[in-house]
Amino acid sequence: MAISGFFTKPALRRVLAGGAGAAITLFARLVTAPRAIWAGIEPVQKQRVYFANHTSNADFVLLWTVLPPALRQHTRPVAALDYWLKTPLRAFIGRDVFNAVLIDRRPEERVADPVALMGEALADGASLILFPEGVRNMTEEPLLPFRSGLYHLARQNPEIDLVPVWISNLNRVMPKGEIVPLPLICTLTFGAALHLAEGEDKADFLARSHAALLALREGGGQ
Amino acid sequence: MNVAPHLIWLLLGVAAILVVATLIGAFLRARVGPKGDNPVIENLNARIAAWWGMVILLSLAFLAGKAGVVILFALLSFSALREFLTLTTKARADHWSLAGAFFLVLPLQYWLVSVDWYGFYSVLIPVYAFLLMPVVSALRGEPKDFLTRVAETQWALMICVFCVSHVPALLNLKIVGYEGRSVILIAWLIFTVQLSDVMQYVWGKLFGRHPVAPKLSPSKTWEGLIGGVLTASLAGAALWWMTPFTLPEAAGLALIVTVMGFFGGLVMSAIKRDKGVKDWGHLIPGHGGFLDRLDSVVFAAPVFFHIIRWYWT
Repeated sequence: MAISGFFTKPALRRVLAGGAGAAITLFARLVTAPRAIWAGIEPVQKQRVYFANHTSNADFVLLWTVLPPALRQHTRPVAALDYWLKTPLRAFIGRDVFNAVLIDRRPEERVADPVALMGEALADGASLILFPEGVRNMTEEPLLPFRSGLYHLARQNPEIDLVPVWISNLNRVMPKGEIVPLPLICTLTFGAALHLAEGEDKADFLARSHAALLALREGGGQ
Repeated sequence: MNVAPHLIWLLLGVAAILVVATLIGAFLRARVGPKGDNPVIENLNARIAAWWGMVILLSLAFLAGKAGVVILFALLSFSALREFLTLTTKARADHWSLAGAFFLVLPLQYWLVSVDWYGFYSVLIPVYAFLLMPVVSALRGEPKDFLTRVAETQWALMICVFCVSHVPALLNLKIVGYEGRSVILIAWLIFTVQLSDVMQYVWGKLFGRHPVAPKLSPSKTWEGLIGGVLTASLAGAALWWMTPFTLPEAAGLALIVTVMGFFGGLVMSAIKRDKGVKDWGHLIPGHGGFLDRLDSVVFAAPVFFHIIRWYWT
């Protein structure tokens, strides 16, 4: 009980969250020495939706780590509520440390529409980290087909930059089922921003953004 | 281990060279690209700044004694191994053998060096890791690219751990009349080999016309090679008075380690071209990765170690 009381004090909680954030970033840097390659866009203070391939739970941590601190502050990962609220520790990391926009992947359970929640976060001025494949990619395919969320975001927020980010090597650092991470170098390649073109329909837009992300794979290693 | 006054002199000499280099870098920037828009000048200045960092780090390790030197080179090995294994062919079946390379073989090698167990650290990787690591991969049963995978992993260990560990192993050599000063051997080796790299770059930039191996590296020229190797060999020979060698011996050894250093750069360039990268990594500004700086030392250190072990102990 004492511990939960300790955690609910807002100021302390914020300090703890800051410390935990710094510790997680440092750990990510030590393990994978991540390298950001800005190929087609600059790391400047601008509202963006970063969309990346998803092979590991550490994906958004790595993306968050390589962003300059000023940008990191306003960047929120979009994550699965059913995963991040499962235990108090996960809830602390998801909510307090990363300030995640938590969406429910189970349509029958959810109370709020995921695209609406992401839209609210954008309206507040935040940038987002999004994994449009929707699930972690465990297949041999480099990139799964995209869910429609990215298209709806692009349609409702036409002024916001959609930035593809290819994360390489992280699936080798910690393949599913392994417990010891390999300290290999991960590369994150940031590509040129996309917007919904006039008259572009859902299928075309999703295919175009899928291709844009996949194209970065060539430049950034595996 | 006493820090011999000779070591202080050598480090002060290096600091003086870096002061001159820093001034030249600032002068060139003011003359050629005051807005910081000339990539060659900016890279030169980044390299010089990184050199300050590397020299300070090395000096601190020397001051900390044998433990400091062993730990520094273990960390360099770790960083080099990470760069190498990031580029090699591997499969999920190799996860445990790769984890073993980082977390078992590497620490064990440096522990053996620190306790001076020559009979073990000289065979740990060439014999035991060589035989047993493929077994770990084979037990997971993935035949695709098997030989490529195990061979590249073994290469990574030989280059990044076995060869690099021969630098701190120099501290174990007992040369009669030279007790307590073997850290000078490390300082002399690194100084001579790295000066050769730097002078190859300088001579190459000033007079380089004829590439040695144009398909591997257009920046390695005969003019740079000969100028750099001769300049560094003369400098290494001129420091004979702080080594256990006579002047001609120091000149001969300097020639051997600088030529080996050049070979190291050449072979490692071939691997980079094969893997389609320009640099091994990104963590040393201006230089690239740790292996980009270590490649020459990697090839020179074991040869230098064994020549001294054979003729001087």
